[in-house]
Amino acid sequence: MSIDLEQFHETFYEESFEGLDIMESGLLELEQGEVDLENINTIFRSAHSIKGGSGTFGFTAVAEFTHDMETLLDQMRNGERQVTVPVVETLLGSVDVLRNMLNAIRDGSEIDVDNVSEMTTAIKGILGVADDVSVATEDTSSNAGGKGWIVNFAPFVDIMKTGNDTVRLMRELNSLADTAEVTVNNESLPPLNELDPEDCHQSWCIKLIGGDVSEDEIREVFAWVDDECDLKIESLADGKAQVSPEQTDGSEQQKTPAKSGSEKRANKPAESSSIRVNISKVDELINMVGELVITQSMLSRFGESEEFNDSTIERLKDGLAQLEGHTRELQESVMRIRMMPISFAFQRFPRLVHDLSTTFNKKIELIMTGESTELDKTVLEKIGDPLVHLVRNSLDHGIESPEKRVSAGKSETGVIELSAFHQGGNIVIQIKDDGAGLDKDKILSKAREKGLVTSDERLSDDQIHDLIFRPGFSTADVVSDVSGRGVGMDVVRRNIRELGGAVEVKSTQGEGSVFTIRLPLTLAILDGQLVGIGEETYILPVISIIESLQVKAENINAVAGNAEVYRLRDEYIPIVRLYQIFSVEPVSTELESGLLVVVEAEGKKIAIYVDDLLGQQQVVIKSLETNFKKIEGLSGATILGDGTVALIIDIAGLIDLYQKDMATNVVSIKGAAA
Amino acid sequence: MATILAVDDSASMRQMVTFTLKGAGYQVVEAADGQEALNKAKSQQFDLIITDVNMPIMDGITFIKNLRQEANYKFTPMLMLTTESAADKKSAGKAAGATGWIVKPFNPDQLLNTVKKVLG
Repeated sequence: MSIDLEQFHETFYEESFEGLDIMESGLLELEQGEVDLENINTIFRSAHSIKGGSGTFGFTAVAEFTHDMETLLDQMRNGERQVTVPVVETLLGSVDVLRNMLNAIRDGSEIDVDNVSEMTTAIKGILGVADDVSVATEDTSSNAGGKGWIVNFAPFVDIMKTGNDTVRLMRELNSLADTAEVTVNNESLPPLNELDPEDCHQSWCIKLIGGDVSEDEIREVFAWVDDECDLKIESLADGKAQVSPEQTDGSEQQKTPAKSGSEKRANKPAESSSIRVNISKVDELINMVGELVITQSMLSRFGESEEFNDSTIERLKDGLAQLEGHTRELQESVMRIRMMPISFAFQRFPRLVHDLSTTFNKKIELIMTGESTELDKTVLEKIGDPLVHLVRNSLDHGIESPEKRVSAGKSETGVIELSAFHQGGNIVIQIKDDGAGLDKDKILSKAREKGLVTSDERLSDDQIHDLIFRPGFSTADVVSDVSGRGVGMDVVRRNIRELGGAVEVKSTQGEGSVFTIRLPLTLAILDGQLVGIGEETYILPVISIIESLQVKAENINAVAGNAEVYRLRDEYIPIVRLYQIFSVEPVSTELESGLLVVVEAEGKKIAIYVDDLLGQQQVVIKSLETNFKKIEGLSGATILGDGTVALIIDIAGLIDLYQKDMATNVVSIKGAAA
Repeated sequence: MATILAVDDSASMRQMVTFTLKGAGYQVVEAADGQEALNKAKSQQFDLIITDVNMPIMDGITFIKNLRQEANYKFTPMLMLTTESAADKKSAGKAAGATGWIVKPFNPDQLLNTVKKVLG
């Protein structure tokens, strides 16, 4: 029977990468001087599993490399080796090498052999073994089969208590040779009234004839019961007894699979294509499908029935209501399958902070909270890079050097807090540091220099801080080799917006900064407010709506040029006439005859002028980019119940669009949000 | 056909063992650690136990030790999957009541041969 092992590879990679992450975080804990046996055990188990799996699935190079790591870890957990910083550093390095190896194998690319052998040497150096010990001495016992063998097998009384069956052993021996003659010795069998049927009192003498059997093959049969019996094997040829020396492992030596050539695979994208799902979530789904089937069969009865009267229609309505409920629950359950804890994105940070703080000579404590907060898998995979950028940024620009901190009256160790939590229908991730905070004057002069703001503009603190997200702001002298690898904060904001999220910063000079990222729970479905403009229907994300109101003429103020603002309590909010931006024919251009929807994104508010509010519903987001092309101010489209297409407004994008519009009209909305 | 309990904390190994054994017509139930395996073994009778040694929560040797004390598992074959060619793990397993072992890495054929041998 041949089984294609490749089908298990994806699972193997997945759990191996998970194992590596576990090892990494465990090692980082060790480094902080917390020598906890359970922790070392966990690290050991991960290495052990990777070794076992890679051996089984034919990745010999990985198995060999992991073997030395495992040996080292085994010494650590047995207390034979002290946990020192160099040892932990080497193991951390090995984790990286291993990760690269696995990535290379998965993507079908070459393994960096130099890297591997360098690390192997480093580990062997710690272990204090020469490079050539791997060649184990194979067994030297005689294999003279000859005519046959006499096997004297005298099991101990307790042999059955380990589940071993003497009959099985006989059967196996029998299968080796052409013929087997078995003589039973019942001498030590106690009288029946004293006999415990669970004990074994017999011994056997088996004569094996023909079949070209080697002594090793016979020993193999008895390998499991080696310490539970007296075993004597004599060759029939010379009649000389070859009394068994203590030798259990000779025939058990690991046989390494033939070659590593089968490790090649087609190129795979880095985003993992499979997902692990808790069984309870699947059960929930199956349960819901069951309910659906019941509802469906109930409804189909109406299709078959000949006549409709009031009572059948009433029951039909009930059925449809049930169907709606079940569909919604099913939808929610399916969505939950895609949800994963944010710890998957967080877990790389201890290592990152550890490495970077060494690079920068800064002392940093990383605090992470809310790691179990769940969000959509796609969002999770894509939020990693922006997060890394922000954390690097806090570490590089935010936290000061220990000397500066002390002279500023702060503790030497800076604190970076990474937290995630639910707020409204959103996931919020915050990166908070107690560093120097943003330097307003520096940002402002930089922005003026770059022409991002005019010298007479008066901006609020928040608006100044927000300038760092503008394209073209990031400049050479605020960029270090770590933070500024060609990506600016504008890219961070753009990436987060692509996920339907928003990022903003609050900062107090001398006390630190907080970057807040808001993300939707899922990318697939959105709670939408349908609004009508002329013949068209547009959808606003409910989450960004603050309020909707009827327009009072006295609250409308025209400011310079053609900009209008609406006075809402103490605020002046710019009015955006959506029909102008999208060039559609409205029912009316008179503000009083329509409605204003006040929306907010990234701390900025606008009032969108619409003809009518049409109702709220959940809409399935269809990407414009994949079906058409990206359009500024729109995040996607959806199909409504009546089959028409409605466009979904991207509020943050719309605000940008509006600001650009105003800027080209040389009218800035300065102070409007203040 | 015989029912086998396969215990391993590694999902890929578990998949491989299950797939191989099911392919040969055995019924297979999986468990991810010793404790889960013990609970399953107590609620259902198995004809053979195949367990990994190094596992979180409860390791394979403790699991075998506990299960061997159950009256219905007095003579049930219990095999350890082990990469430890070192004799101490094997003898610790034997002392706990293990029937025998399968040395990792193994291929599906080796696994099936051993299982057939034990189940007869």
